[in-house]
Amino acid sequence: MKAASMNVHPSLAIGQPIEQLDAISPDTIPPAATAPDAMVRFEGISKIYPAYRGKPGVNALQNIDFAIPRGSITGVIGRSGAGKSSLVRLINGLERPTTGRVVVDNRVISALSGRDLRLAQRSIGMIFQHFNLLSSRTAAANIALPLEIAGWAKADIRARVAELLALVGIADKHDRYPSELSGGQKQRVGIARALATRPSVLLSDEATSALDPQTTRAILDLLANINRELDVTIVLITHEMSVVRQLAGDVVVLDAGHVVESGHVADIFTHPRHPITQSFLAEVIGDSLPVSLASRIVSEPPAGGQAVIRVQVRGAGAGDTLVARLARELGLDVSLLSARIDEIGGQHVGSLTLGIPLGMSSGEDATTRTLAWLSQFQFPAERLGYVA
Amino acid sequence: MSPELINLIVQATGESLYMVGLAALIGTAFGLPLGVFLATSRKGELFAAPVVNRVLGIVVNATRSTPFIILVVAIIPFTRLVAGTSIGSTAAIVPLTIASAPFIARLVEAAIREVDGGLIETASSFGASPMQIVFKVLIPEALPGLLLALTLAVVSLLGYSAMVGAVGGGGLGDLGIRYGYQRFMPEMMLAVVVVLIALVQLVQSAGDYLARRVNRRLRHH
Repeated sequence: MKAASMNVHPSLAIGQPIEQLDAISPDTIPPAATAPDAMVRFEGISKIYPAYRGKPGVNALQNIDFAIPRGSITGVIGRSGAGKSSLVRLINGLERPTTGRVVVDNRVISALSGRDLRLAQRSIGMIFQHFNLLSSRTAAANIALPLEIAGWAKADIRARVAELLALVGIADKHDRYPSELSGGQKQRVGIARALATRPSVLLSDEATSALDPQTTRAILDLLANINRELDVTIVLITHEMSVVRQLAGDVVVLDAGHVVESGHVADIFTHPRHPITQSFLAEVIGDSLPVSLASRIVSEPPAGGQAVIRVQVRGAGAGDTLVARLARELGLDVSLLSARIDEIGGQHVGSLTLGIPLGMSSGEDATTRTLAWLSQFQFPAERLGYVA
Repeated sequence: MSPELINLIVQATGESLYMVGLAALIGTAFGLPLGVFLATSRKGELFAAPVVNRVLGIVVNATRSTPFIILVVAIIPFTRLVAGTSIGSTAAIVPLTIASAPFIARLVEAAIREVDGGLIETASSFGASPMQIVFKVLIPEALPGLLLALTLAVVSLLGYSAMVGAVGGGGLGDLGIRYGYQRFMPEMMLAVVVVLIALVQLVQSAGDYLARRVNRRLRHH
């Protein structure tokens, strides 16, 4: 029943064909330049907050040029102050760029104001870290708010609210006030409210940062379903790598107002180039050895000990049979000292720490042979030292 | 106490309630929008008009710092213009209103400011107009605070109304001064004070009750 009512293409709900916009807005992009698969495009964006009352000005965003593919779940990840919040608020017109323009669903949102902007905002939903529900309204009435603002008839609102409550799985909380709901339930109300006017884009501003891990997982699953079933493009801002890993297909890494990397999650995190990307990756896969192992590593090979080699594994199925093949093909009693492998965007990402027996005399030889053998997979490998 | 005196008290109570009630009503009619505007017209806000905001702020402060008894006398020409006379309970409503509107405006401003700015951003994000934000977000969310503000205004007005005897406004305060003080009738003074205390208690309890009823922030089962 949901599918039928939500299959209407969201842009139709706005009621302004692109041709009309062409005629009235000089800022509309010529069709040739329109990437058909881009839902959101940032073109030459900078955002500068001028100095105010003794506070210095801030260059929040600089030289931002990228597109968010239609139908994607795109994560925008960065540390505090990287410009994530400003970036996402440019998409729904809560902020205006200082230079450049923002195109959402083939409309230059950064050129709209007043009533035109408010109409366009109905096709862009947003959810918030602290839910931002009205304490004076029940769950149902909170979800009804954007519909009231859009001027829907009462009966239509009632039907739509019931549909949305069921969609987010809290049909029984219809008459509950936010103070009677758990964090996860509040965010479900927030999601239902954001989807009320059938938007084509859903913006998530740290939507799970105030939730416990289990609830976070449930909310992210819900967002994934919404993306799949309602064909809503989702833009997630987060400082948590785990959110990007679980949900996003594309990622944009922001640092100090610049986009330092962007692309498919699998590509970016299997070959992270920028230090900030590497540090986010380390949050998931870890880059430090277990303390008990690290404390035993020495720089000179002890007799009868092992060389410690760390291999970074990247790619689909990477490392599945690595240890077994290494042992078999080189005839070594390889031991696995530490390992951490995770999956990001369907790609394995992680590291293995191997112990290569030095044997009686030919220790260096075994290490060299191992490193040479590993190099055929183009996995970065290094010798960390030796353990007894 | 003789039936005549009791009659006087009843009549004076009626006059007080009439003056305070109407002054509170008209004062709110002016004070509520003024307060909302004061709260939302600073730089970068919903109806940003920093200069107007500052000028209004000065006017409000000036009105509030004028002692009420001086205000009553100072605006007699204006009172005559509005009420047709400068004497009596109806005339007294004019200075009471002029004193209460800025007071209510400041209380409303404080209550509106208490509303989480995130809610304004949220409503903006789904395309609410500034007026929709005022009526669908700010006022409903500030309602408990607004009710308490109005309660405070009514209680203050009861105090102010004691002074309008100076222009023949009548009411409980006037009765207390004329009979209790000038005619040396301490029992009359006591009766007036008791009635005023009862009225204030009643208004405050009713205000507290209503504010609690509409406050959904924390529910205690």
